[in-house]
Amino acid sequence: MAVIQVQDLSKHFGTLKAVDQLSFSVNAGEVFGFLGQNGSGKSTTIRMLLSLIHPTSGHIELFGKSMESNRNEILEEVGAIIERPDLYPYLTAKEHLQLFGKLRSKQINAASINDTLIKVGLFERANDKVQTFSLGMKQRLGIAIALVHNPSLIILDEPTNGLDPQGISDIRNLIKQLAKQEGKTILVSSHLLSEIEQMATQIMIIHKGQKIAEGPIQKLLDPTKMIVHIKTINDVQTLQVILSGSFSNYLLPRTDGIYLCMPDYEIPLLNASLVNAGVGLIGVETRNSLEDYFLQVTSNSN
Amino acid sequence: MKQIISIELYKIFRRPRTYIAFGAIAALIMVIQFGLKMDGQSYAGFLMKDINDTLTVDGNVLNGYLICYILLQLLLVHVPLLVALIAADMISGEANLGTLRLLFTTPYSRTQWVVGKFIAASIYTIVLLIWLAILALFLSMWVFGTDDLFLMKSNYVVLIQEKDVLWRYVGAFVFASFSLLTVTSLGFLMSSIANNSIGPIVGTMSAIVFFTILSTLNIPLFSIIKPYLFTTHMNNWKEFFDIKVDDNNEAIFGTILNLPKIKTSLIVLTVHIILFVSASVIITKRKDILS
Repeated sequence: MAVIQVQDLSKHFGTLKAVDQLSFSVNAGEVFGFLGQNGSGKSTTIRMLLSLIHPTSGHIELFGKSMESNRNEILEEVGAIIERPDLYPYLTAKEHLQLFGKLRSKQINAASINDTLIKVGLFERANDKVQTFSLGMKQRLGIAIALVHNPSLIILDEPTNGLDPQGISDIRNLIKQLAKQEGKTILVSSHLLSEIEQMATQIMIIHKGQKIAEGPIQKLLDPTKMIVHIKTINDVQTLQVILSGSFSNYLLPRTDGIYLCMPDYEIPLLNASLVNAGVGLIGVETRNSLEDYFLQVTSNSN
Repeated sequence: MKQIISIELYKIFRRPRTYIAFGAIAALIMVIQFGLKMDGQSYAGFLMKDINDTLTVDGNVLNGYLICYILLQLLLVHVPLLVALIAADMISGEANLGTLRLLFTTPYSRTQWVVGKFIAASIYTIVLLIWLAILALFLSMWVFGTDDLFLMKSNYVVLIQEKDVLWRYVGAFVFASFSLLTVTSLGFLMSSIANNSIGPIVGTMSAIVFFTILSTLNIPLFSIIKPYLFTTHMNNWKEFFDIKVDDNNEAIFGTILNLPKIKTSLIVLTVHIILFVSASVIITKRKDILS
């Protein structure tokens, strides 16, 4: 069952098409990674999902109900953090959860607030004012606000912003736990692609407001599309060898080194032809990461 | 809606800025009361110097009722500025802080939020007015005692019996609450337009100063619009202290000279409140939250 169903969604700011005819769906229990470069339309899309921005055209359904006509009912089941963790500096962490919990559910009590604070690692600072918090702690509190009313759908826009490596790992584990153990549906956007790779089951990449890739990570990270980075002592000679042979089609248009995208079974052949041509090889690195895939598809669509 | 109002009130009264207005009013009133207590007789002598030859006044002229009247004349010009400090920050302050997007993703409509926030700001305004009443009226009554109220108007003198005064102050404070709620709603309108804290506060204060100047200028061109300006009506609480007189020029107990003027002012102020709040709702509903 699709928890989020978006059809032909567009948002224009004057002549700028921030989001252009975007369609996608997120199924129940999925961790959906939402990727794109800065200014690609991710945040605008997320804000439209939460009715903060009015779409120019298109249709949004959450839990099978139209957002336009069932907004309040839908938002009872949604928890969200959008970009920065903006909070009231003069209130404590506990007061934030009390206020926002009460706004979303009548069943909020001291125990559920404490549980949420423990989940995000802020229990010890429950009674401290937010003005004394670091950016990472504010981010944790923002996530706690999104979780306090036990929503079915959680939308997290850059949830690891400002967190240290331990904090990033904690949030990653929390997201995984929420999806696996509690069956939550999670839409998460992040610029940390390695994090998305570790927690998402599905991803979508948008570029200039349009969808350019979507699917399960395993399917997108195709073994026939390995990223190969060749390090040599003479890049010009290496490029001549590659361009004169059958590997020229695999060459990626990158300026930071010699990169190819090719099937894994052809890598030994490439290696052999470079050695035979007398190229001074330093090394051949092969990768198949989300980051490489992301760079590949976004550079292709430029 | 109850939930929104209680949360907004909680936020208002947890903010240190809220107490600036309470502190400023207390300080101003107490300084004036102290001055009048110490040197009140020379002030009273100054007031009476033009009529001392024609009129003899017995009793305590400088009583709590007169002090309250003097204080209200001075303060009801400044209190709107203190009200604007909170009201004009209610929506734009949250937009500036970034918390507006947290509020607008809760299961309440934007109309509910704007109306709820306006009601909370109105409660704050009324609490501020009650604070003003306690200090200006009741504290003055306690410190200076009570007697008949003797007022010097521009070309006549009003003498209101002691027993006929208190209800007039109740009326004046109720009227003042309409005036201040108009300022609150204007601040709200400004707040719904901007995304920063300072702009709407300065905008509200500027609008009050601008329209007050238009209301007081005796230029025929502006006479057409004057009756429709809220600033023309804001100070009409004073009408509660103009009393009808009989054929012998004796004050008639319990009367108001120009009750229709008060009613008209209340209608004009209420229409302004409704217009300003409705405009705030429409603007906020149409707004994309980009902050």
